[in-house]
Amino acid sequence: MKRVALYVAALAFTGFAGFPFYWMLITAFKQNRDLYVGATDLSHIPWIFNDPPTLDHVKLLLGQTDFPRWVLNTLVVVAAVVVITVAVAVPAGYSLARLVGRWGERLGMGIFFTYLIPPTLLFVPFSRLISLLHLQDSLGALILIYPTMTIPFCTWLVMGFLRSVPWEIEEQAMIDGLSRLGVILKVAPRLIVPGILTVVVFTFTLVLQEFVYALTFISSVNKMTVSLGVPIALVRGDVYHWGALMAAALLTSIPLAIVYNAFMDRFIQGFTMGAVKG
Amino acid sequence: MTPHRTIADREDVLGALMLAPSLGYVILLVGVPFVFAILLSFSDATAGSLHFGWAGLRNYAAILGDPIFLRALKNSAIVTVGSQVLVVVLATAAAQVLRATFRGKRFARFVLLLPWAVPVSLAAIAWTWIFDSTFSVINWTLKATGLMHGWLYWLGDPTLALLAIIIVQAWRIFPFATVIVLAGLASIPQEIVEAAIVDGAGFWRRLIQVELPLLMPVVAVAVLFGVVYTATDLGVVYILTGGGPANTTHVLPTLAFQRGILGADLGQGAAIAVFLLPFLIVVAVAMLRLARHTEVGAR
Repeated sequence: MKRVALYVAALAFTGFAGFPFYWMLITAFKQNRDLYVGATDLSHIPWIFNDPPTLDHVKLLLGQTDFPRWVLNTLVVVAAVVVITVAVAVPAGYSLARLVGRWGERLGMGIFFTYLIPPTLLFVPFSRLISLLHLQDSLGALILIYPTMTIPFCTWLVMGFLRSVPWEIEEQAMIDGLSRLGVILKVAPRLIVPGILTVVVFTFTLVLQEFVYALTFISSVNKMTVSLGVPIALVRGDVYHWGALMAAALLTSIPLAIVYNAFMDRFIQGFTMGAVKG
Repeated sequence: MTPHRTIADREDVLGALMLAPSLGYVILLVGVPFVFAILLSFSDATAGSLHFGWAGLRNYAAILGDPIFLRALKNSAIVTVGSQVLVVVLATAAAQVLRATFRGKRFARFVLLLPWAVPVSLAAIAWTWIFDSTFSVINWTLKATGLMHGWLYWLGDPTLALLAIIIVQAWRIFPFATVIVLAGLASIPQEIVEAAIVDGAGFWRRLIQVELPLLMPVVAVAVLFGVVYTATDLGVVYILTGGGPANTTHVLPTLAFQRGILGADLGQGAAIAVFLLPFLIVVAVAMLRLARHTEVGAR
């Protein structure tokens, strides 16, 4: 009896969470005549393939829309933002954890709190800044602004990560005659690698998901990122190509889901920040 | 420690140097714009020109007399509170399920994470299709199972549209909250739970009297992030309803975007966005208290 209740509950939760993805999947591969049957027609079951699946929507998406271009744009932005974030946040995290002493905790908290200031509060001043810098409608605007979201969180992540790395290795290196700077340049990088990986993954997912700034700064279709182009530019006038739309959503979600599944626990450590004692 | 202290051994200098870029980025591109956002709300700045004139409280007077703004403010509160209540219930329950061992648990965990992994805008477009007035699979299912006789125009009716927004926000946030609560459950000392079992506490008593009080700090963290994510989110409402029908489902971010960016009235857009601050201040204060609380609690 208890087992049954457990399975029913598990099914209900996964059903609710997974339903839109099932719907993306089935929509992306349905033939149009199977797709566009009004919901008032009770004899036509929308939950299954009534006609054989088709690749038409995927072909349309990849061949006749700007989707490949958006993927490319997104990757360019990801690469640039990853470089900036790693270069800025990793040394800062190290400094907070190892160098600045008891101010580290406070400062780290202060930097982390800026992560809570949302894009929807900042997009108005940013729109003024971006036009001052003549970066309107360019990927440069996104590359400049996205680190404001990644740096606070990643600085915090690296700081937290280093707390769990024993200090002894670095201490030993200093006893062996390396200067403090020598330790930072020669020993610390090896120790931080897993932390850097988390930073890269977090940045990648955040850039892929971001919508507000992209919507504010980018207006040309060929400059868009995936998360902006798909909902905004794949809809032509009032015509929704639902098959292609859902194919795009699906293709973008899959890599993200895999990455999230692998890195979940590390992100969570960042979010719970000490409220959970391991 | 070392007899010859060169610059390469000065921890304070090295620390400051390594911290400077991060601190600089945050101050210049978050701190300054944040202050500028508030200043803009007292100005008559527009997107077209670089003119910046003092407008006093004119923007605030304008929006406070505007029924669309008041509606948006109310909607923001309703959506935030409504979705977070749903999130807490769903997440606590889902965490209880995921804690047990059962076949297919790895798969269940994977699926449960999907809503959080997918970009907001793409999830919102999928839900737009699910709520479509002609093709809604929800309507088909309700009709086919005989639960409904009329027709639900999900995104065409103000109340239903708001309900749809709450559902999507809860759907998007609850997996995140579940994982956080799970982490909290795992950190409850096993002795406490065992002691409760030895004392004869059943599942519900254990849950309500032992585990939930211990879980409070983690649930609070989940809710706080949930509040930030929901109250400040633009994508879901923008794509799902665009604030419609007839401006009835705007929330603060979508209205700020409409007035400030699309309407080019930066001053008014900023003033609308400033009303997000109370949500954020509550969250920030709660987090600080929580952090202090756990610090004191730590040995």
